[in-house]
Order: sequence, then structure tokens, then C-alpha cells
Amino acid sequence: MIITIKQVDIKVNDEGYLTDFSQWTKEIGEELAKENDIEMTDKHWEVISWIQEQVAANKPLSIRGIKKSGVIDIKQFYALFPGGPLKVSTKIAGVPKPKSCI
Amino acid sequence: MKNLVILGAGTGGTMMANHLVSKLSKKDWTIHIVDQYKTHYYQPGFLFLPFDTYTEEQVKKVGKKFIPKGVNYIQQKIDKIDAEHNLVHLDKGTLSYDILIIATGSKIAPDEVEGMMSTEWKKSIFDFYTYEGALALRNKLREFKGGKLVVHITEMPIKCPVAPLEFAFLADSYFHKKGIRDKVEITYVTPLSGAFTKEFCSKSLGYLLEEKNIKIETDFAIEKVDFENNKIVDYIDKEIPYDLFVTVPTNMGDEVIERSGLGDDLNFVPTHHQTLQSLEHENIFVIGDATNVPASKAGSVAHFQAETLTDNILLYINGKPLKEEFDGHANCFIETGKNKALLIDFNYEQEPVTGTFPFAGIGPLKLLKESVLNHWGKLAFRWIYWNMLLKGISIPFVSRNMSLKGKNINN
Repeated sequence: MIITIKQVDIKVNDEGYLTDFSQWTKEIGEELAKENDIEMTDKHWEVISWIQEQVAANKPLSIRGIKKSGVIDIKQFYALFPGGPLKVSTKIAGVPKPKSCI
Repeated sequence: MKNLVILGAGTGGTMMANHLVSKLSKKDWTIHIVDQYKTHYYQPGFLFLPFDTYTEEQVKKVGKKFIPKGVNYIQQKIDKIDAEHNLVHLDKGTLSYDILIIATGSKIAPDEVEGMMSTEWKKSIFDFYTYEGALALRNKLREFKGGKLVVHITEMPIKCPVAPLEFAFLADSYFHKKGIRDKVEITYVTPLSGAFTKEFCSKSLGYLLEEKNIKIETDFAIEKVDFENNKIVDYIDKEIPYDLFVTVPTNMGDEVIERSGLGDDLNFVPTHHQTLQSLEHENIFVIGDATNVPASKAGSVAHFQAETLTDNILLYINGKPLKEEFDGHANCFIETGKNKALLIDFNYEQEPVTGTFPFAGIGPLKLLKESVLNHWGKLAFRWIYWNMLLKGISIPFVSRNMSLKGKNINN
């Protein structure tokens, strides 16, 4: 599926997650955040960068990882990305949401 | 004389011993395998123990039976791997190695969550990922008269990621059969965004929970078990009450990995996804649940890995480049209750889809669809495990790399 954000055609899956991370920019992240009613702050971006680093290093994302990240504590993480913080933050970060095998 | 040392005589380690014993020259190499435990468990059977489908005897055998002649079987606790000096320190003594295979698996770590390993552990809080846990749960279920059953995943990654879902399905069948299904409320609680997180699976299987009247709670990241008040609590103070709490605790690699400084923060060993060589040490290889590769932690995965790893160890010995061959192939039966099961066949890239297996258009097994034959396949698998898989015998018509044949890729 293709959606257009800021005049750019972006490839996404049925749930709106980017399927090609090379298309991600901060502007696109900002727009995806708006769709989730999130106004991005420096703290948000710090978390997004950390998530992107984890994915680039092939490390699984989990709430435990957040706890140990040193970037943010878990309560704050929920406050910044309400309604399922991992699935919301990964969407903004342009990376796949954490999945199981089915 | 050179030494190849295998750590762990579970599924992966035992298969490697069987593969390598006939391939390494006996005059140049000694193969050692180290494991402190005497019993080899058929871990997929732990799913069936709680429901009295399998007996204790069906899921355990003496491990020694599966270690081939000509392999030195050392029954000792592993203290530490000294990768800088190619040494393994055991309880009594030290082994030096030229090649090391780490097959130490993964295990549950219930003390990672506050209140889980409490006085209620094995009373109202259970796991079924250990033999002891599955048996204790069986005894509890025999007496269970009704109430709230919560089936729960603490965090990913876990061994056999579908097992908790299968547990919920089998529980539904079990209580129906006992005539008390109307007295049991089953809730499936996951830290993920759904019971099915992949596109085709959620499309094809989404009906299952509703059909079985299983409630679902998603995005639940557990903070603690309030064992005094029978409820679990997440980080935004959401509470789920239970009478019987069946959880899959955090899964971690063995402590020996942590003691040796070889793992990530879950004690899994950073491993090359395609060659299965350790990323840190070229003479260390890793197989099965002990790796950090993003494949399922499942016996079938270890089986496919073992074939690639055997080739790569021979290539390594001969100073040749390793094959970047392993594709994350997994092949798993999923029980859906009422004597039916699904079959999934997938890899790192290809998510499970519908189709036929192993023969295109013929089957006889159906992918991602419930069928009675798949259920019989799952039950037959126990025989295959003891008699073929552990001995390193290939399963006929099932190749180490996933095949696209028979799969409906664009469904």
C-alpha cells in the first residue's frame, strides 16, 4: 500500500507501518505521530532514535529493553506513547512492530 | 588430537553430536558433550502434560541413550567458558577446545517479575515450560472446578511462541470435555498487539479466539503479580484478576552465558544469522535456543540449523569460507483443540501462509488451516523426535531451507 505524506509516496503495510525504512525521515515520523495524536518533543525523539538503533542492531524490542535503555523509564514511556507504547513508537520510528511468529 | 566440545545435551547439542560423530576423523578429533542433567525431555510434550493427554513417561528418556558411541559424555555442571583461552571450566576440571558449540538452550526466569515466584508459585501461579511446572499444573487442573483462567506471556522472545495460545485452545477443549466450560472464563494476555501479529495469520486465524470464547487483552506489559489479591498489574496500573494464572515467564539463556560474558542482556549469544558462527569468536558456534537469531526458538529450527552447522564446522576445519545458508526455517504444528491442529512453515523473511505441505497441490498436510491430519502430525512428531530428529536423520521431503512450493504467497 502507498500513502502520501508531505508529497512523498511512502510504502506501508495494512496497519500503516513503513515497509522500507530508507523512506523514513523525521518529517514523516512527525506526521505519523500526529495521526496518533502525539506532538513530538525532544524526549520522544530520543526514544525513537534508541528504537531505530535497536532495530538496526537486530535486537528485539521489549518493555524490558526500554527499562534498561537508560533513555526513559517505563511509566514515562507509556505517558509519551499512549495506547500500547511499543506498537505506537515503532510506527513513528518507521520500523516493524514487535511480532510473534504468527 | 583436537577437541570439539558441545555444551548442552538437549535437542541441539544431541543432534550435533550425532551429525559430527560420523563426519569427523576419529584419529584427529575427540568430541565431548557436557550436560549436568541425566534426563532428556521432549519439551513439546509439556503442552500436553497439564491436560492428561501425555503421561510423564512419554516426555522423558535417559539422555545417555541418544549420545552416540565414540562421543565423550561428561555429566558435570559447566562453570564458565573462557573464550580468550579456549577453555571450559567444569565443576571438576577444565576442558580445552579447538571448536566449541554452545547448545545451552533457554529457560524460564520467573523471578524477573515481582510477585511471580511468590508463595503462590505452583499454587495459583503456574508455568508449563518446565517438567515440574507442567506436572504441578496438571494436578491443579484435575481439581479445578471453575473460575478465571488467565493465560499469559510475560515478554518476547519466548521458546515456542505459539505454545501459550495452544494452551488456551486446549484448555477450552479440556473444560468442555469435563463439562465445566461454562464455569471457566479464559483470558489470553499478551504484551504484543494481538494474539496473531502477522498479516496472513491474523486474517486466517482471527476467528479462533472468538469461536472458542477466549477473551483477549493486548499490549499488557506486566509490572507485578499481586499474588495476595489474585491479580496481575501492568505499568499503567491496569489490573486483570485471576483464579488460576498460567504464565510464560521471561525466557533467558543459561546463566553460564552470563558468567562467561558471552551473551546479550537476556543471555542469548550474538550469532551470525546465516552461518551460526558466534559474532565474537570464530571457533565458537551456536545452535538452537541459545542463539540470538530472530528465528523461533523451537526444536524444528534447531534441526534445520544442525544440518547447516554440520557443513559449516567441516568447512571451518578445512579452512574454507562458511556457507551463509540458514534462512530461519521453522516448521511447527499448532494445536487448536478438539483434535485439530494447524501447520506453519516459514523463515526469517517469509511469514506463514496457506497452502499444502510438503507436496505442492497434494499436501497431505494443510498450511495455516485447521485439520485433523495436522493434529495427528503433531502427535506423530513425538516418535519422529525420539527416533529421527535427535539422531540427526533428515525428515523425508522436508529440506533445511524453506521451500516456496505449495505456498500461496500472494493470499
